[in-house]
Amino acid sequence: MVQLALWGVVLGSIIALGSVGLTLIWGITDLFNAAHGDQMTVGAYVTLLVVALIPDVGFLQAAVGPFSFPWAVLIGIIPAIIVSAFLAIAIDRVVYKPLRRMGATSITGFIASIGVAWGLRGLIYVLWGADFHFYASGIRPMVSFLGLRLRTDEVFIVVVAWLATAGTYIFLQNTKMGKALRALSDNADLARVAGINTDRMIVWAWAIAGFLIALAGTLYGIQTQLRAEMGWIFLLPLFAAIILGGQGSITGAAVGGLVLGLAQQMSTAWLRPTYKPAVAFMIMVLALIFRPQGIFGEKESR
Amino acid sequence: MSVLQVDNVVSGYGSMEVLHDLSLAVGQGEIVAMLGPNGAGKTTLLRTIFGVVPPWSGTITYKGEDISGVPPERLVRMGLAYIPQEYNIFASLTVQENLEMGAFIRDDDIHPRIEEIFELFPDIAERRKSRAGELSGGMRQMLAIGRALMLNPELLLMDEISTGLAPFLVDAIFERVKELNDQGVTILLVEQNAPKALQTSDRVYIIEGGEKKAEGNPEAIAADEEIARLYLGRS
Repeated sequence: MVQLALWGVVLGSIIALGSVGLTLIWGITDLFNAAHGDQMTVGAYVTLLVVALIPDVGFLQAAVGPFSFPWAVLIGIIPAIIVSAFLAIAIDRVVYKPLRRMGATSITGFIASIGVAWGLRGLIYVLWGADFHFYASGIRPMVSFLGLRLRTDEVFIVVVAWLATAGTYIFLQNTKMGKALRALSDNADLARVAGINTDRMIVWAWAIAGFLIALAGTLYGIQTQLRAEMGWIFLLPLFAAIILGGQGSITGAAVGGLVLGLAQQMSTAWLRPTYKPAVAFMIMVLALIFRPQGIFGEKESR
Repeated sequence: MSVLQVDNVVSGYGSMEVLHDLSLAVGQGEIVAMLGPNGAGKTTLLRTIFGVVPPWSGTITYKGEDISGVPPERLVRMGLAYIPQEYNIFASLTVQENLEMGAFIRDDDIHPRIEEIFELFPDIAERRKSRAGELSGGMRQMLAIGRALMLNPELLLMDEISTGLAPFLVDAIFERVKELNDQGVTILLVEQNAPKALQTSDRVYIIEGGEKKAEGNPEAIAADEEIARLYLGRS
């Protein structure tokens, strides 16, 4: 059980990191972004693209320290987060901003985002096909302590995911732009009235969401493998995590992500692993029934 | 010369016209009150002046400059501020963060101004690290006013700031309004509490059904029995 919990923490770290950007967008634009998972896939594949382009000279394709993946992955993350941030902004400008202008409901936005999700996934299929891809082949070193075993890669994933999540939280709590983003998430009308340029803030929110999701996608790719469906399947635990956490709450998304990861992994003690999505779905339904505002729901009901 | 001039403004939401050809003016240093029943269009007028709702036609002029449809983020730079009726604080932000957001457009050090606001409202100063959503009704309104004052506005639009407050708090809030006005802030307010508005303001407009029904000084409005019976809920 303790071993399962440990794996749950690894999975939960990636879910937490992935859901932070999702809940930020949900809070600020009221959009429940179904394309978030596939934006994650795009991020992971941009890293793969760079890894494939980097020649095998010097240390570039050699494994980083005790980990299985090469330096090329760490280099590839940088263009991946930049591409992902600009892609997120571009999608908002082309799809969601016109919808907001028209005063479309959040259901309309949600349905549009499903279209975006299918479009992005189609692009991945066209460019890379349906095969599995890996950042690195070869053995995956393990560490063990107190009879528990974990891959070194997974230690890396947990550390990076929580550093990025905590960094986002600190940014939102302490910087002027972070406070303005929270103000906008809390009360968009009042944010406008206070003189906050809401349109510009929305662009920044998408950039942050794009940045975080590309990082989460690459970490997920390191942990398992890359395939075109990876993000779409990952979307359900992300949704469950942010519903559990409460709209717009970063702390809630982080805690929700951890709970989802633990619940999904520990359920395999009794259930087949194929039921993991069902566990996520059940948590989401229970959260909607018993605490629809989420654990850390801060929005005043209107 | 009037600070704010509203000429023949038509406005509304979607296809529903709320304001029909409404005109009014607010002079330098005045407190002007808008009275009238619920749904009369008073809030819509404030929202239209502040660029939250674009006017369909007509012009709004501030100190001689046409501000019809100018967005709020530009109006706050010109010296206007607006306190909406409901949801006029950021509930999940702390008291101090609410004030910081009031001066979002300023890039210099705003802490001296925050301390000035706290001097004006000592009650909320003690709660500066608290989440604004935890404040009592009266403190929320003080915070809402404080937020709007962060940029030293010359013209302040206030929407029913006394609604739902205990009488002693209503008195306290209106005392503050008077003080601000004495310091040179021009004020246009919407009020449900007609006696209080008549007592505080320099001039009064009666609005109903999106149209101006009467205007005048408070004494004349209060003395007009028909107005009192029709619009101020007295029989």
